Amino acid sequence: MLYEIRFHGRGGQGAVTAAELLVKAAVCEGKWGQSFPFFGAERRGAPVTAFARISEEKHFLHSPITEPNIVVVLDRKILDIVDVKSGLKENGTLVINSSKNIPKELLQNFRTYVVDATKIAVSLELSFTGWVIVNTAMLGAIVKAVPIVTPEGIMNAIRNNWAGKVGELNAEAAKRAYEEATIL
Amino acid sequence: MIQVLTGNHSAAYAALLSDVEVVSAYPITPQTQIVEKIAEFVETGKLKAKYVRVESEHSAMAVCVGASSAGARTFTATSSHGLLHMSEMVYWASAARLPIVMPVVCRTLGPPWNIWNEHTDMLLLRDFGWIQFFAESNQEVLDTIIQAYRIAEDERVLIPVMVGLDAFTLSHTSEPVDVPEIESVRKFLPPRTNAPYVFDPSNPFTFGNLAYPSHHMEIKYMHHKAVEDARKVILEVDDEWNKIFCRKYGFLDKFMCEDAKVIILTIGSSAGDAKEAAKVLRKAGIAAGVLRIRVINPFPSKELSNILSNVEAVAVVDRNLSPGNGGILLEKIKSSLYSSKYRPFIKGYLAGLGGRDITVKDYIKIFEKTLEAYKKGETEWFNLNLEMTGS
Repeated sequence: MLYEIRFHGRGGQGAVTAAELLVKAAVCEGKWGQSFPFFGAERRGAPVTAFARISEEKHFLHSPITEPNIVVVLDRKILDIVDVKSGLKENGTLVINSSKNIPKELLQNFRTYVVDATKIAVSLELSFTGWVIVNTAMLGAIVKAVPIVTPEGIMNAIRNNWAGKVGELNAEAAKRAYEEATIL
Repeated sequence: MIQVLTGNHSAAYAALLSDVEVVSAYPITPQTQIVEKIAEFVETGKLKAKYVRVESEHSAMAVCVGASSAGARTFTATSSHGLLHMSEMVYWASAARLPIVMPVVCRTLGPPWNIWNEHTDMLLLRDFGWIQFFAESNQEVLDTIIQAYRIAEDERVLIPVMVGLDAFTLSHTSEPVDVPEIESVRKFLPPRTNAPYVFDPSNPFTFGNLAYPSHHMEIKYMHHKAVEDARKVILEVDDEWNKIFCRKYGFLDKFMCEDAKVIILTIGSSAGDAKEAAKVLRKAGIAAGVLRIRVINPFPSKELSNILSNVEAVAVVDRNLSPGNGGILLEKIKSSLYSSKYRPFIKGYLAGLGGRDITVKDYIKIFEKTLEAYKKGETEWFNLNLEMTGS
């Protein structure tokens, strides 16, 4: 199985880090993976994309991901300005950080999971220079939606990335999001 | 230990594992992360090196020339316009026979301004007398840079080495990289001690002085011969690397080439997508293969013609442009096959300039178009009604 995942977020929200942590967790579980940002100039606050490609066996691909089977949205407001379903394969999976209703067209053809990652992050006081950091919570929701790696694997990858309390809090965010994410 | 690393960080780890002694640093997108990471290694005491911040790429290479002349193992990295800006010193480094190693993150030259991948920057400097490698993966970036010091510092060679890695598709892409233990790398690559021509106040001699026409040509012949002789050393070093680290590369990366009738020939990370395309064609019963050239200088002409001797059609995919001449690879491959008894049908493609994507689907199309062109041959029966002929 080849998982091709596209992350939508805003510059500074940690989409690139989330893609990389997912790959690190997958590699720890014996899979092959690669992650990459959108290749261009990015600005804090502007809509950005990041990508992850994970498979059981090693592959040689380096071309971009244009037809993902999983799309992750870190910020619900991006739905108003970006067509996040663009290229998403039929029966593909959407994972959206939201506390509100999701536009109908995103529900009809796709498996859509929602989680209020912002609430989880706020409750754990995960913020950086005024930004609520939702990327680690979203990782928990992703592995709930699609079993790319185990929830423990994601939590370990988070702990390995940030030592001490920061790592623990972010791992806790992933755990809570894993428990709270629901399919619509 | 397997780590998930970008191409840029793989290059930085290679410098760390090679115990480089002098690093000169000037930033340029998409290379900057290499020298940033090395700055971190030096600052945290992981790497005991002199880190020199310079005001331009020209000075970056000038620092390497000075430090390497004094016997230090030196490193710098650059890209695109940075490479061209330092080019005067780049030629000096090879003609002075200094074993400098420099990764080049291959990026398009402007105008129009463009930060994405193309190989024109490094290929323009093919004739500068350096040994040139192009990597396909981050693992290969790391392995090749370490190998490069062994090759460059070998007394039979004493030629600097450039290692090309593609902008973004390698430089900013994270993938699994087996990072070897530093103790095993130190056994493979001992400190630079065998430099026969280094600054030595107790034994003074001149460097780069005026050479009259009576001597100049012989000195150039020695430079040329050293690059030629590097062939043997490149393979020796690769064999030894394989014995210790179980990874082997050679001059050419041959993917499904044994019985291939149609081959895509290219360089860099995009070759991987061509390999995936070849797999698709194989499933459809077409004997497709991919030949990736890893060493561009010295060019593996003999190895190439051996492999192509059984191939019907070859697609050369150039991600570079010499305006007025076309693809640099195509020209080189055609000229290197001139003395071969068998010369396959060759079709050139200029693709992916300025970072335009070349996907697996595109490579499938290139395979198909090449076969189609081969079958048509040089002369085509135009508007022929085959039905009328009964065939």
